[in-house]
Amino acid sequence: MTFDVSRRSLLGMGLLGGGNILGKFLPSKALAQNPKQHDNHFTSSAVHGGSTTVGDVDNDRNGFNPRDILTDWDGGKVSQLPNGQTLREYDIAVEEREIEIAPGVFYPAWTYNGRVPGSTIRVTEGDRVKINFRNKSLHPHTIHFHGIHSARQDGVPGTLEAMPGEEVVYEFDAKPFGCHLYHCHSAPFKRHLHKGLYGAFIIDPDPKRHPEAEQQARSRLLGSSENKQWQEFLMVMNAFDTNFDEENEFYAVNTIPHEFMKRPLRIERDRPVRVYLINVTEFDPVNSFHLHGNFFDYYDSGTTLTPTLRTIDTVMQCQGQRGILEFSFKEHAPGQYMFHAHQSEFLELGWMSAFEVVA
Amino acid sequence: MKKTWLWAVLPLVALVTSIIIFLSTNPLSPLGISAPPLENLTIERTVLGDRAISLLVRAEGSEPMQIAQVQVDGSYWTFTQKPPGALPRLSTAWIDLPYPWVEGETHHLNLITNTGVGFEHTIDVAVATPQFSLSRLWGFTLLGLYVGVVPVGLGMLFYPSLKTLGGEGMKFILALTLGMLAFLLLDTLEEGLKLANSAANAFAGSILVWAIAAISFLTILTIGRSRGKAPEGQSLSTYLSFSIGIHNLGEGLAIGTAFAVGEAALGSLLVVGFTLHNLTEGIGIAAPLVKSKPTFITFLGLTALAGLPAVLGTWLGVFAFSPHWAAIFMGIGVGAILQVIVEVGSYLARTASKIGGTWLSKISLAGFSAGLIVMYGTALLVNF
Ligand SMILES: [Cu+2]
Repeated sequence: MTFDVSRRSLLGMGLLGGGNILGKFLPSKALAQNPKQHDNHFTSSAVHGGSTTVGDVDNDRNGFNPRDILTDWDGGKVSQLPNGQTLREYDIAVEEREIEIAPGVFYPAWTYNGRVPGSTIRVTEGDRVKINFRNKSLHPHTIHFHGIHSARQDGVPGTLEAMPGEEVVYEFDAKPFGCHLYHCHSAPFKRHLHKGLYGAFIIDPDPKRHPEAEQQARSRLLGSSENKQWQEFLMVMNAFDTNFDEENEFYAVNTIPHEFMKRPLRIERDRPVRVYLINVTEFDPVNSFHLHGNFFDYYDSGTTLTPTLRTIDTVMQCQGQRGILEFSFKEHAPGQYMFHAHQSEFLELGWMSAFEVVA
Repeated sequence: MKKTWLWAVLPLVALVTSIIIFLSTNPLSPLGISAPPLENLTIERTVLGDRAISLLVRAEGSEPMQIAQVQVDGSYWTFTQKPPGALPRLSTAWIDLPYPWVEGETHHLNLITNTGVGFEHTIDVAVATPQFSLSRLWGFTLLGLYVGVVPVGLGMLFYPSLKTLGGEGMKFILALTLGMLAFLLLDTLEEGLKLANSAANAFAGSILVWAIAAISFLTILTIGRSRGKAPEGQSLSTYLSFSIGIHNLGEGLAIGTAFAVGEAALGSLLVVGFTLHNLTEGIGIAAPLVKSKPTFITFLGLTALAGLPAVLGTWLGVFAFSPHWAAIFMGIGVGAILQVIVEVGSYLARTASKIGGTWLSKISLAGFSAGLIVMYGTALLVNF
C-alpha cells in the first residue's frame, strides 16, 4: 500500500498501462479529474494580479516610515570650525529591537537610531563629519563609512569598534562627492549587515570646486535653488532573511515590501527626478532597478558630474554598489509607471513599486 | 472509611495545585531559560479548485500562531483565512489563494508566520480536486467494489474445493492464511505509522497507532473469547472478515487519495494490484467454514464485511482525507489482524492435534511461506 504519490512514480507507471485496463470497467466520465480548463491568466486584483503581500505594516509602531526615508536628509548639527570648515555632528546609537518588516512579520533587527536603513547622512564635499557612536546593544558594533579616510577612521574590528555600552567618535573630511553608504563591519559580517545595520551617506559636490560642471553640481547641492527643481528620493534596496537560512524571504526598497506598489510614489510630471540608489541586499550577488516606459542616465557611485551610462532602463548593482539615476516624465501621459528589480524572484518577493505621474 | 476517599482526592488536588504554581511563577526564569514559542504547521488537505488553491492547515504552536504571508511559487500572494486571526494550538483554518495554478505542473507553497518562519508545502502534480457529485460518488463506489468485494467474493469460490481437502490440506490453507495475515499486519502497521508521520506532531501519531492497535487487539480478543472458548467456524470467519475489512479500508484510502491528488494512473494501478492481492483473502475467510454448512447469505455477508470498507475508504480518500483519522483506522486494523492471527493460529494448532500432529510441520511452514510470498508478489505491483 502506498500513499506516496510523486511525479517520479507516475512516470514508471505509464508503462504498465493500468489506466487502460481500468477504463474498460468504469464509466470514464465519472472519474474525470478536470471538468474545466485552467489557463494561466491573472485574476483581477488591485496589485499586480494578486501577487502581493497582504495587509499593511504599522509604521507608527515601527517608529519609521519607508515613505519618509525617501526624503529625510539629515544634515546633522551644523557649526563652523575655526578654519572656516563646516562641521556636521551626528549622534548615532545601535539598538536591538524588533521591527515589522512586512505586514504581520516581525524581525529581531539591529538598528542605527531605531530604524532600517539608518539616518540618511547628507553633507557637502569638504565638510568635517563627526559621529558620536554609542553602542547600546549586547554585541560589538562599528560604523564603516565608504569614502576617503585614514585607516584610523575605518570602523573595522580593532579600529573604533564600540563594545557593548561603549561610545566611540568618528571624525573625517567628506570626500569624494557621490552616493555612498555606511554599515557595521563587526564580525560576523554577514549577520551584522542583514540584521539592518546600514544607511545612506550622500556627499553633495561643492559647486565652487567644479567650475567645468557648475550647473550640474549646483543641482545636486541640497538647498540650492537649482536643487529645489528636482524631486529627489533615496532608495535603499534591502532584503530580510527571516528564518536565518541565508536566503531572503522579503525584498524591498527602504525595508517594507510592496509599499510603493500599494501606494504609488507621486511625482510631478514637469520636474526632473533623481534617485539615490544603494544596494545592501545580503545573500544575493546582485540587485537591479528597472524603470517602465522610460529611460534614465546613470552616475556610477555618483562620483562624476557627467553620466557614466546614458539612456538605459535597467541598472545592475553588486552588494555595496550604488549610483544616481536621473530621468524625466515631462513628455509622458500621466499614469502609473512601475519600477522594480528585474530579477523576477525579487519583484515577486516584494521589490515591486510604481510612480504615480501627475500633470 | 470516610478518610479513604479523601486520600484518593488529596494527591490529585496537590498535583493540580503544583502545576498551577509552575505555570504561574515561571520557575525557569532563574535558570535563564525563556522558552521561545515553538511553531509547527501541518497541511492536512489541499484542494485545487477553479483558479484557486485551498489548504486546510492545523496549527501546533506552543502559543497561538499567526500566518502573516503566503508565497506561491516564490511570489507573495493575496489570501484569505477562515476563520481569520491567530490559530490556537491544534485548531484548523482554511487558507484560500486565488492562484492561477497550471494543470500538470508542480507548485510550491510557503506559509510565513509572524516570526518569519516558513512552512513549505509542495503540490507534486496539480490537477483539479474532484468535487463531490453523485456521478463521481458512483464512480468511486464502483472502484471500491472492484477492489474489495469482487476479489474477496472470487476467493470464496474456492470454498467447494476447500471442502475436499483432507487434514493436511486444511493445515496448509490455514497456514497460508496466517502467512497472508502476517503480511497484512506489517503492511497495515507500516502504513499507519507513515500516516501518523504526516499528521500533526501533537497527535503523537505513531504512539497513537501502537496504542489503538493494542486496545483494539485486546477488545476484539475479549469479545471473541467471551463464550469461554476460541471462536471457530462462522464466528472466526466473521472476525477474519472484519479485520481484513479494516485493512481494505486502508487500501481504499490509498486509491482515493491517489485520485484526489490527480494520480489517476497510480490509482488505476493500485486498483489492479489490490484486486489480485485480495483474492487470497477470500480463501482465508472461507477456510474456517469448511466444517459447517454456511448459507449463501453467510458468504454474501462475509464478503460485504471484508470488501465494502474499501468503498468507504475510496470515498474518504477522495472527498475528506485527514491523516490522523486514517492513522487511527490503521491502528484498529493492526489490532484486528493480530487478533485473527492469534485465533487462526490456535485453530491451526487444534486442527493439527486432532489429526495427531503439531502446529509446526513441513506442511504448515510451506503454507505460511506461500501466504507471505503470494502477498509479497502481488504487493510488488503496487509498491514503487
Ligand atoms: Cu554590528
